[in-house]
Amino acid sequence: MFDAKTAKKLVEVRDLKMHFPIRSGLLRRVTGAVKAVDGVSFDIFEGETLGLVGESGCGKSTCGRAVLRLYEPTSGSIKLDGEEIATAPFDKLRRLRPKMQMVFQDPQASLNPRMTVAGIIGEPLMEHTKLSEKERLDRIYQLMDAVGLNRDFANRYPHEFSGGQRQRIGIARALALNPKFIVCDEPIAALDVSIQAQVVNLLEELQDEFGLTYLFISHDLSMVRHIADRVAVMYLGKVVELGARDVLYDAPLHPYTEALLSAVPEPDPVSHDEANRIILQGDVPSPANPPQGCNFCTRCPKVMAICRQIDPEFREVKPGRFVACHLYNETRPETAGNAAQPTEA
Amino acid sequence: MTDTTDRPTPPPAMEFETYRAPRNQWWDVWDQFKTHKGALFGLGFFIFALLFVYLGPLVWRIDPQFIDIRARNSGPTWAHPMGTDQLGRDTMARMMAGGQTSIAVGLTAMALALFLGSLIGVMAGYFKKLDGLLMRTTDLFLAMPLLPLLLVTIMLFRDPLRASFGPEGGIFILIVVMIGVTSWMQTARVVRAEVLALKEREFVLAARSIGTPSHRMITRHLLPNVMSPIMVSATLGIANAIITESALSFLGLGFPSDFPTWGRLLFDATDWLTQNPERVIWPGLAISLTVLSVNYIGDGLRDALDPRIRGR
Repeated sequence: MFDAKTAKKLVEVRDLKMHFPIRSGLLRRVTGAVKAVDGVSFDIFEGETLGLVGESGCGKSTCGRAVLRLYEPTSGSIKLDGEEIATAPFDKLRRLRPKMQMVFQDPQASLNPRMTVAGIIGEPLMEHTKLSEKERLDRIYQLMDAVGLNRDFANRYPHEFSGGQRQRIGIARALALNPKFIVCDEPIAALDVSIQAQVVNLLEELQDEFGLTYLFISHDLSMVRHIADRVAVMYLGKVVELGARDVLYDAPLHPYTEALLSAVPEPDPVSHDEANRIILQGDVPSPANPPQGCNFCTRCPKVMAICRQIDPEFREVKPGRFVACHLYNETRPETAGNAAQPTEA
Repeated sequence: MTDTTDRPTPPPAMEFETYRAPRNQWWDVWDQFKTHKGALFGLGFFIFALLFVYLGPLVWRIDPQFIDIRARNSGPTWAHPMGTDQLGRDTMARMMAGGQTSIAVGLTAMALALFLGSLIGVMAGYFKKLDGLLMRTTDLFLAMPLLPLLLVTIMLFRDPLRASFGPEGGIFILIVVMIGVTSWMQTARVVRAEVLALKEREFVLAARSIGTPSHRMITRHLLPNVMSPIMVSATLGIANAIITESALSFLGLGFPSDFPTWGRLLFDATDWLTQNPERVIWPGLAISLTVLSVNYIGDGLRDALDPRIRGR
């Protein structure tokens, strides 16, 4: 299924860094930085879904927002359809906005409580098109049909809807300008399970219908397995592994991916109890003060001496398979003796 | 409220809504406003007060400055329903003339204070670079002793303004500007705090991802959401302006002594409190009821503008 090599690259992210300054003292001097995203590179091919997974606080959402330049990235380059976003001036960026849209995590917070549904869905149309009022209303109804909202709701306010309906409004707004690329920032995290399936299926249908490309950010590994074509795993501001979904889920290369995947609950109680879970020890280090060497060296069950000194490079180890780990260096050094043993669950 | 959903207004009759006709949301606001009894009473009284002071003189044609010394200090009679003052001037005519000035001062000074306060609050909250400068300016104004400032300004500017806009017009402008310029600080602080909280909300981020420029971000997303505190400041501001104007008149710094305002009438009447208590009661009642009615209108409007409360 991995034919993405031949497809066109829609989004190219190179060495993206997003550091938030820490100010302290009387003069508010910059004394450090929270390295929320620290040198991330990936490509997204046209028409595919790239899943971005990782634990809370690893920089997934920041990465997604920085890609759309909702934050000013510290450095790096983001190209959409060959056009640079990271340094584009305001006017050019505004012209590029219709191509890239976002679906937000909290459907309650992402809709203005004082605007009607028609107003919310119509806002991008007001900003970027010169439709007459009637044409705009027609387009709004069209979009509401596309996401499965009753046309009668156009005059209502966000607080009158359930979470799933609100997320549909958010999706309709994102679709209004016929974008090519949509960043879905945990669009299902705030919804309950039955609604999650509806929304994910809606996203898939819309992808088929309009040929959309998604960056799907989630911490729900099963959901990412369902929707994504390729998966990138983030840990502490860096992508540690990137590969096609099936290969990555079946044979994870990076020890962190292994640990993450082993945490997915099994539906079968017997195999659930017998599963060999890799329980990571300790906490995630602070992104303001990441460890020397590999970011994962403080918790890695397979840590080696080199991991504590040199930050592993993010390289292609097999075709289409990227990993940042010293275990896959050409000359594989022996595993150091001080490695923590995988704990039996 | 926002310009996004303003569509051609359907016939005002509350017909069954089909999905084809999203109606203007001001009709929703009016529907909700109607359910607030206090607000309706307030609106009723305020309209009554406006009619009384602006159309009253057309019916009650006694000149407020006309001195009929033989009828001085009279209580309510058919010739003078609210009595007369110590010079025999008709109190009802003076209430009408005074009300025109007092309400005009109250409304314009409030509008000016509100405009300044919202503008400075939104600028300080939205643009980080302006925040320090604008908020320190606000602190400066808050720390200034207002009464000496008013006295000095009135001394300095009274005569030039009188020369260019006439004795009443000049003083009116001076008083409105002074009250407006010295009472925007609370509004600015409250608005800034709200804007700071609002701009971190995801819907603002969503608007930015659409490419909404700053000025439309402010008018479409921020201002409608800071409506409640602005509304509260507005209603309190009218009361504050009327009372400050009274205080200035009381100190002899407002309008000329023979030019009636409600505050002036109140001040003049205090000397005759034991003899003619109704001369204090009329302007006092007018000020309190006007302020109260405006407060109720503001309360009803604030509720009606919030879609989450609407329909309850």
